[in-house]
Amino acid sequence: MYAYLIRRFLLIIPTFLGISIITFSVVQLLPGSPVFLRLQAAGGMSSEEISPEIIEETKKRFGLDKPLPTRYAIWLGKMVQLDFGTSYKDGRPVLDRIGEALPITLQLNIISIFIIYLLSVPIGVFSATHQDTRADNASTFGLFLLYSLPDFWVAMLLILFLGGGTYLDLFPIFGLSSIGAEDMSWPRWLMDRAWHLVLPVFCLSYASLSVISRYARAGMIEVVRQDYIRTARAYGFKERVVIYRYALRNSLIPILTMLGTILPALIGGSVIIESIFSIPGMGRLVFESILARDYPVIMGSLTITALMTLVGLIISDVLYAVTDPRIRFE
Amino acid sequence: MPLLIREYGLSKPPREMKQSYWRLVARQFRKKKMAMVSLVVLVLLGLIAAGAPFIAEEKPIYMVADGKTYWFPNVFDYDDLLYFRFDLWEPGEGDRAIMPIVPYPPQRTNLRARLSAPDADHWLGTDDTGRDVLSRIIWGTRVSMSIGFISVGISIVVGVTIGAAAGYYRGWVDSAAQRIIEVILCFPALILILSVRVFLPPHIFYVMLVLGLTRWPVIARLVRGEFLKLRDSDFAMAARASGYGDGRIIFKHLLPNAMAPVLVSATFGVAGAILIESALSFLGFGVAPPTASWGELLSQAKRYIEQAWWLVVYPGAMIFIAVTAFNLVGEGLRDAMDPRLRQ
Repeated sequence: MYAYLIRRFLLIIPTFLGISIITFSVVQLLPGSPVFLRLQAAGGMSSEEISPEIIEETKKRFGLDKPLPTRYAIWLGKMVQLDFGTSYKDGRPVLDRIGEALPITLQLNIISIFIIYLLSVPIGVFSATHQDTRADNASTFGLFLLYSLPDFWVAMLLILFLGGGTYLDLFPIFGLSSIGAEDMSWPRWLMDRAWHLVLPVFCLSYASLSVISRYARAGMIEVVRQDYIRTARAYGFKERVVIYRYALRNSLIPILTMLGTILPALIGGSVIIESIFSIPGMGRLVFESILARDYPVIMGSLTITALMTLVGLIISDVLYAVTDPRIRFE
Repeated sequence: MPLLIREYGLSKPPREMKQSYWRLVARQFRKKKMAMVSLVVLVLLGLIAAGAPFIAEEKPIYMVADGKTYWFPNVFDYDDLLYFRFDLWEPGEGDRAIMPIVPYPPQRTNLRARLSAPDADHWLGTDDTGRDVLSRIIWGTRVSMSIGFISVGISIVVGVTIGAAAGYYRGWVDSAAQRIIEVILCFPALILILSVRVFLPPHIFYVMLVLGLTRWPVIARLVRGEFLKLRDSDFAMAARASGYGDGRIIFKHLLPNAMAPVLVSATFGVAGAILIESALSFLGFGVAPPTASWGELLSQAKRYIEQAWWLVVYPGAMIFIAVTAFNLVGEGLRDAMDPRLRQ
């Protein structure tokens, strides 16, 4: 197993280089050169007004006069230290802005993952123990329909029917806290936060219910067929004990290893949900910087989210190798 | 063989023996009711997409005006109809016309009928500039479906090529391909698509291209796995022993046997592409605004959520129907191809 883990960790290096190359090339795709973007961002001048001397000087100052591979090497060196430069919008370091946004997104997504697992596992176990009954088919089909609902549409409908003035006005639809939340006592603050989280968390989590409960179901069906379950039944244990004490633990392994891959998927989904509900997390940061062509922030966010995915994948693989000794690297 | 048949009284081989793989799959597929219903829905959507000018257009399908007969002015441009105002046309003596069911083009604004709720004139209401929502949904079907199919087509071409090469040649080709696949899958799809999309011109072709180029790793991984299995099979070795070249073995012997999972993945892929396209258009990075796509309709509806529910409900319902249908057909196909589930 150790040989597997070491080789798996060594493979991070080429993948990391690949991520950096893609992020770097995204900037090279820019129409016009980064020089003009810098100058326009600084002085709001159009490209005709800028004299060649200024262009040359700007190029020197930002190292843009060097050939492409050198620029890539310099950029890579900075990226390894997580130095992504400063934002065009407010001149603050990109890392600071990401540092503010990321915890908010993580908070949203960790709550969503918690809810997804809390609901999916019992649904999956139920479906597996009632395999091919009408209830099993109905829950599978219902979750499948949920899976096909576009999240931004659901968000709009929720705002229309539950969060707007026209129909019911049950939930807030803007931000994460009410105005004046800083002065609230902590139980009230917590209630207020929870109230604000209901709609966004619902939008982030409903689609994954189908996926995870399907895996939970498949895992359970697989385990229930094993010899040791038959042995447990032969001992005369109650069905509940057999399922929850003996079968459940092993059936959870595959879906727990999926944890690492769900988080990044949710971060992608938060672009839409955070924009709709005006939540200042990573998703909205990415979207706003894309709207403003704030490319240091775009590059920083791309790199950070990709690195988080990479870490998630590694954690999945490691968990898998740890829980299943049969896995070998080839 | 003839002896055998005579001996067992078989005049022809049993039915099972005659069935090809795809016929078997089709027979299994037909047993799934939901999948069949979804297939019908998809065919309908395809017809709507292809026949949009015959369903929603202000120009008639057939028209007699001022003693002249025009066939299909909704599809062909007639020189003498260039400045003809179809929306103001009052048929005179001897004039006739067969109109499409929805007599509004997707782009015609009508400020007198802006934001009107669904009624007998506008079955699904009108938007903020008085454009007919039903007509825009019908024309949007065309855009959304073609983006779905073409982007998946692109991802299949790229994914099959790279996956086949990786699985067939193994060694460093495989290692390199696997790294590239992992790198692309590391980026959250929507964020990568948005970041690339923002630097490209707002043309529908670039939407297809970007969607296709971010999804191919999924296909490539599938094809690679199939090729790893098939490469060592007896028939592949027989082909190699016969002296066939790599190209012929890959494309004529191995690829047809690896296409089944690709087809399933492609069906799910179209659903995914339609979803992502609508999300992109919703965020303002999809097709350029006057063109109608389902996501773009929802994007326009954003500002009128409170006043005009019909702008929100109907386009979203179309996305939902299309995505569900593609997913159900994909599931039906997957089950039909799974030998463990075959009865």
